Amino acid sequence: MAKQINVFVDNRIGRIQSITEVLFRANINIRAMAIQDRGEFGLVKLVVNNPERAVAALQENNFACKQKDVLAIVIEDKPGGLYQLLKSFPEDNVNILDAYGFAAETIKGSVFFIEVKNAEQVASFLQAKGYQVLTDQEVMGL
Amino acid sequence: MTVEFRDKAVECISRSDLEKYQLAQLKKSVESALKTPFYKKRLKKAGISSADKIKTINDLHQIPFTVKDDLRESYPRGLLAVDRKDVVRIHTSSGTTGIPTVIYHTQHDLDCWTELVTRSIYACGVRNEDVFQNMMTYGMFTGGLGLHYGAERLGALVIPSSSGNTQRQLQLMKDFQTTVVHATPSYMFHLASKIHEFGFTLEELFLKKAFLGAEPYSENTRRKIEELFKIDVYNSYGLSEMNGPGVAFECAQKNNMHLWEDAYIIEIIDPETGERVPDGEEGELVLTTLCRQATPLLRYRTRDLTMVLPEPCPCGRTHRRIFRITGRTDDMMIINGVNVFPSQIEQVIMRVPEVGNNYQICLTRDGALDRLTVKVEIYSKLFAGDLSELEKLKMKIRDMLKASIIINPAVELHEPGSLPAFELKAKRVVDLREKL
Repeated sequence: MAKQINVFVDNRIGRIQSITEVLFRANINIRAMAIQDRGEFGLVKLVVNNPERAVAALQENNFACKQKDVLAIVIEDKPGGLYQLLKSFPEDNVNILDAYGFAAETIKGSVFFIEVKNAEQVASFLQAKGYQVLTDQEVMGL
Repeated sequence: MTVEFRDKAVECISRSDLEKYQLAQLKKSVESALKTPFYKKRLKKAGISSADKIKTINDLHQIPFTVKDDLRESYPRGLLAVDRKDVVRIHTSSGTTGIPTVIYHTQHDLDCWTELVTRSIYACGVRNEDVFQNMMTYGMFTGGLGLHYGAERLGALVIPSSSGNTQRQLQLMKDFQTTVVHATPSYMFHLASKIHEFGFTLEELFLKKAFLGAEPYSENTRRKIEELFKIDVYNSYGLSEMNGPGVAFECAQKNNMHLWEDAYIIEIIDPETGERVPDGEEGELVLTTLCRQATPLLRYRTRDLTMVLPEPCPCGRTHRRIFRITGRTDDMMIINGVNVFPSQIEQVIMRVPEVGNNYQICLTRDGALDRLTVKVEIYSKLFAGDLSELEKLKMKIRDMLKASIIINPAVELHEPGSLPAFELKAKRVVDLREKL
């Protein structure tokens, strides 16, 4: 299962810059990123090439952060690619907590990251439908 | 202007007669105090084994001060001086460390308290044709019941509307032609800002006077409220340890508050040394009860800063006046009229493992009402990484605070190490409210 790092940040100027600086100094490459805003604070969600090292570097710099499982699903990079994936979700009762995506040249497609409650179950269900769900190692190599 | 008195003999008593009366009452207070476990120990240590040791009013100085911590440590029965069956009411207040304080009242005590309130509001011109709407919280908070009984005894029509529900307050004021209200100054501003919004006009109201208290305010604020409503505003002073409202009250002169010296002995001390300061100099107000049987308090340190005005009041009352309260000698905050200590908030935060021990208390004003924001830091090791967990955590802290300090705070979560670290205690409280 792919890993995402959730970092707690104050909603004030310069905090995201600080995170990127910490990661840069630890030689970490950010592959995907999303931000959830909740007023005075937010969560920065990061997919990186080395989650263990990233967490250690962030914690060393006093950030509260946590590794979480995330589904990294390969979809076609063309109109309707995401729709194809999502159209059966309501029927199958899959509720997306948060999602973000990016187009990745290395796999000639797009990677769509979703957070769901029962990740393992949803992963095998998508694989049964023929979708490629990337492993931790595969995401790191993107 | 002729001055009318509720009880001229008492209110205009000569100073020498007053002192004689005070001495006789002080002896009674010491005698009752010696019936309590707390004072029995405390007074014996000071060499006062019986009330006979008090021969002149100056012998008061032999008695050690009583402080709020003494009340807390004596909870629940350490300061009860009468048989339990003679107690007819208690008032408790929340303590700074979760341990409350309690004041017991016999029927005689309540009668005395009520008479002080009746005398006070009579001096401000309230008569039995008045309609008195009491917008202070009823219940344990003494502001509600204290004025309620005083106004009833005077014969006014009392509307026990209690606090909140502004639209209903205005409707009652209009329908029953309320002439006098009792509220906090900040609530009066709130009321003024809502009159038109709720479809009322000032001309439909019959308001003539307001008794404002429970939070300190300036002369400027009094004038603003007087102009807003075209009324007279009278300042008052009280604290639950000394019954509640009715300790000191302005008369029609509106020139500082007569402290009823037949019920309390006034001392003003230097809060550092405990030495008495002369009239006209600021210090901490220390009060001794003279007519309370169930919970007599001797030389109680109020923590309120004020001074005794040396000049007599033109109204003819001989009871000396104290200046409006200028501050506190401790870190108590007054938020929408409710007393809150930073330590109460700290106690709650210490019980929540998901946040660190560092915190900040911010006070701001939202329109006319105070807003309390408690900022805490996330504790890295217990960070779950989910937004829903964070929202739940905020709600949990808010509910815990509400239960402890009565008022509803906003809770903010912040990064570890982002709030000003353990430094001076004062830094933890950021009061951005403009002074009322």
